[in-house]
Amino acid sequence: MTNKTYNADLSRRHFFSKAAAAAGMAIAPGVFLRQVHARPAEQAATSEKRWGILIDTDKCAKGCDSCVTACMNENGWGEINNSEEHSNPHQKAQWIRKVTVKDKQTGHVQSLPLMCQHCENPPCVDVCPTGASMKRADGIVLVDKHTCIGCRYCMMACPYKARSFIHEDLEDQKVVAPRGKGTVESCTMCVHRVDEDGTPACVEACNADNHNAMYFGDLKDPNSEISRQLKQYGGEQLRADLGLNTGVRYRGL
Amino acid sequence: MKKAQFMEIEGRSFGYLALLGILGAIILVALGAWYVMEHHGHYVTGMNNAIVWGTPHIFAIFLIVAASGALNVASISSVFNKTAYKPLARLSGLLAIALLAGGLMILVLDLGRPDRLIVAMTYYNFKSIFAWNIILYNGFFVIVAVYLWMMMQQSMNKYSKPVGIAAFLWRLILTTGTGSIFGFLVARDAFDAAIMAPMFIIMSFSFGLAIFLLVLMASYRWTGRPLGDALFQRLKNLLGVFVAAVLYFVLAYHLTNLYATEHHGIEAFILRDGGIYTQLFWIGQIVLGSLLPLLLFYHPSWGKKRSLVGLGAVLVIIGGLIQLYVLIIGGQAYPLEIFPGKEVIESSFFDGQVAQYTPSMWEVLLGLGGMAVALIMVALAVKILRFLPTSLADEDVDPHHSA
Repeated sequence: MTNKTYNADLSRRHFFSKAAAAAGMAIAPGVFLRQVHARPAEQAATSEKRWGILIDTDKCAKGCDSCVTACMNENGWGEINNSEEHSNPHQKAQWIRKVTVKDKQTGHVQSLPLMCQHCENPPCVDVCPTGASMKRADGIVLVDKHTCIGCRYCMMACPYKARSFIHEDLEDQKVVAPRGKGTVESCTMCVHRVDEDGTPACVEACNADNHNAMYFGDLKDPNSEISRQLKQYGGEQLRADLGLNTGVRYRGL
Repeated sequence: MKKAQFMEIEGRSFGYLALLGILGAIILVALGAWYVMEHHGHYVTGMNNAIVWGTPHIFAIFLIVAASGALNVASISSVFNKTAYKPLARLSGLLAIALLAGGLMILVLDLGRPDRLIVAMTYYNFKSIFAWNIILYNGFFVIVAVYLWMMMQQSMNKYSKPVGIAAFLWRLILTTGTGSIFGFLVARDAFDAAIMAPMFIIMSFSFGLAIFLLVLMASYRWTGRPLGDALFQRLKNLLGVFVAAVLYFVLAYHLTNLYATEHHGIEAFILRDGGIYTQLFWIGQIVLGSLLPLLLFYHPSWGKKRSLVGLGAVLVIIGGLIQLYVLIIGGQAYPLEIFPGKEVIESSFFDGQVAQYTPSMWEVLLGLGGMAVALIMVALAVKILRFLPTSLADEDVDPHHSA
């Protein structure tokens, strides 16, 4: 063996050990994160749970939009991510919005947040030609950004105008909520938080402001706060006549 | 009756080359418009998150519906044994393929991600009528192509009837699928109706035959081949029946909606308060697209003038585009009823308000490009293959004609 090849071997060994260290550093956070995951990434969502949100319209404050701002911050849309600068207000994404309604008969005014209702029988999932629009086993309705072709049929089908089509290139996206020009998106119920035993950003913000108008939890667990609230005080679906069995319920509407 | 002689057109005249040049230029401009939409994103179009299907869909659905209707002439000859239509069957099949290709081109290029066409072809959600339509459209190309082959190769002629029946049934299913794209939308007042499927079928009869009649008139006039009055009158009378039938379905649709209180809102919007949509409905769809063509077709002397009958067919096409505009865009513009019994007094997303839509130049150009694709396909095909009979003079086509 000549000196030259020996040196080459040394430097190669050097390279491998450095590469291994770098790979270890790259993998490490994932390994450690996985330890605190409520549901490991390789484990599928289970139909033993059904996630839902209950909104108490009597507690929802008029003029307050903490839930909307929190959603923007969490998922990087709207004013937070200003890259939809060319789109007009009718074209910009709206994952969650505040709506004020007045009863035509009584004049009673209520304020409420409106977003994807995470239906048990979602029309958007029924009509999607590629299956990009899908419902997880635990009831969360999502769009697979890899198979969405941007046909917008789900937007035609949604009774709640809950979905948005992205009309231009986007920048500065959040890691937890990838978005893309030419595809459709909507509220994910903060699925990335839910999978780590967390609470959707909108619910968290509402509670942080002491309004406590939103409850998040497992509708299939009779002992969860949301189930007990619903059992005791009830909660309505928007467009219940359509028989979609929404995961988002409203009280006092 | 003589056996029809088919011959390619010469296709060397200045007029023919000019036609190809004009259509080619329209297609190039349309591709440019598509590039603008694709490069910048759909913010350059009139569409938004409330009106998600705009002008390109009007053109695309019109052409797709017309495609299945254009096949009718062939079906009448093969399935219903009307020998007078037999010489027209090849052109009928050709036009069906060309119109579908033009329509699908628009539909695909208006997708948010047209580069993912392969995804649409490989991932299927079989509960989606849209996914079924992808299969129905592809199947239509294959069946009609085989049908043309059976008709054009003498040794295969004996199979043209069974294949013709298959094509006829396929086209009925296809248009049922197209109509059901709207019929299956449960949440929208304007669409959620079973009548959509049969209405789209009868619309296809009308739009398809109107285009067929105009293409026939143009190709025989420009090539100097004879086109007999008896055959022409027959096609014209048939078109008149189809136009009246569409009118009947529109009447039935609106009368049913007017009876049900829950649909009074959308009916008042389209028929009375909808501004541009109301005007387009009454002036465009009803007067220009239906009543005026009927008058032109059935008037004792006007109905014999080819120029006026041709004008009637043009009006049927314009009226058809307007009908789809009122139905599809008007139907989306009418606000969704998310809170029955309540009115929305504040919303950051314009809930409860009529949605705004103004077609952009890019969308219109893309739509016209699809039409040009269909026509250039026909123009090229009749030069390459034997689609057109050398004579459609009455004594050559009608077994009962007495000169």
